[in-house]
Amino acid sequence: MLHKVDARRLLCPLPVIRLQDKVNVIALGDQVEILCTDPGVKNDIPAWCKINGQRIDSMIEQANEIIITVSKLSDA
Amino acid sequence: MTRKAVALISGGLDSLLATKVIQQQGIHVEGINFFTGFCVEGHTHAIRKQEKPKRNNALWVAEQLGIKLHIIDIVDEYKNIVINPKHGYGANLNPCLDCKIFMVHKAKQWIQDHGFDFIITGEVSGQRPMSQRKKNLPMVADESGAEDLLLRPLCAKSLAPTKPEREGWVDRAQLYDFSGRSRKPQIALANELGIEDFAQPAGGCCFLTDASYSIKLRDLWDNRGDRHYELDDIMLLKVGRHIRPDPSFKLIIAREEGETQFLSGYKNQFQSIKTISHGGPISLIDGPQLDPQQIELACAITARFSKGRDAEQVELRYCRPNGECQSLHVKALSADDIPKQWTLV
Ligand code: SF4
Repeated sequence: MLHKVDARRLLCPLPVIRLQDKVNVIALGDQVEILCTDPGVKNDIPAWCKINGQRIDSMIEQANEIIITVSKLSDA
Repeated sequence: MTRKAVALISGGLDSLLATKVIQQQGIHVEGINFFTGFCVEGHTHAIRKQEKPKRNNALWVAEQLGIKLHIIDIVDEYKNIVINPKHGYGANLNPCLDCKIFMVHKAKQWIQDHGFDFIITGEVSGQRPMSQRKKNLPMVADESGAEDLLLRPLCAKSLAPTKPEREGWVDRAQLYDFSGRSRKPQIALANELGIEDFAQPAGGCCFLTDASYSIKLRDLWDNRGDRHYELDDIMLLKVGRHIRPDPSFKLIIAREEGETQFLSGYKNQFQSIKTISHGGPISLIDGPQLDPQQIELACAITARFSKGRDAEQVELRYCRPNGECQSLHVKALSADDIPKQWTLV
């Protein structure tokens, strides 16, 4: 299942917190698509995924927005 | 049985070392990092165009240590700490002692909820004037409710043994007795542990220790007549030039393109002014609906920071949050026309 999170205009680390809070409540194997505007997420979300055992499936930049899709592979 | 500890990770060297020392004793460690809204991490770098996005030091430290990091949003609960600190403020509006007690208290709840055994922090006695004064360390343990489940690996040897030490979960002999403001013991330990790259160990975990930020926060409180704040308020104090020509309103003027873009995102919450005839910044107005005279003054101040500062006339557009706009032609104020006390630094 794909869950969407709108983190536009939020500054880091808030997009990471919103992603984390969503990942914590979804099922293993589900995906989160997070929409962001702070370019800091390009470093912070991959770092968060790496240390918490989650996977980045894609990262797309469109105009001033960054869309990152993450798969939940591990429980918190 | 592997014991489990949670470490308060600020992103600085001390929490990194404290965690490493405990990991080396075979303890499973995970990190928590609290987001108060005042954190220096990221924000201004994210807003200001010319600055490269900086790494988030807490995430980076967790990555170096190979531990999970749980970032916890405490913005709402933290307001009471900033507004009414039982133990008062430090040199600026930093309520460090209350802040430490609160964070350790939250960590205590976290270990109870997650089945962890104890808490570690990178505190060193006597390092900071307020929260880490030697007599205050036991106070943090007591008032937070963590009591002897709070272990400070970097200064544990100069404090009474905690439960993890007494029970033999960790070997006290392999802990440290660092004290005082010198950073030498930490740097030496970092070298010994092969840690070369770490965030500069200034006291800068948050904007509340910053004098100019604290002036702006105090100004906000004084002129609103109460100390309540929202996350947007404290974010906006990190951005732009703040000029208060009148107790009832303040201008927040972008200093560069990144700030202009950031402040533009608030146009439907605040009155705003944009220079039209010349290149120039956007200004937000924090305060109630301005009267025509105040609008003209706010435009003349904004024009001062535009490329039209020396022109006979500058055209600006003033907009209300509901999208109603009007155009104005003004002459920019000169630097001398803006009294020093209007500018909050
Ligand atoms: S500097 Fe800020 S985050 Fe650090 S202890 Fe003081 S109030 Fe808390």
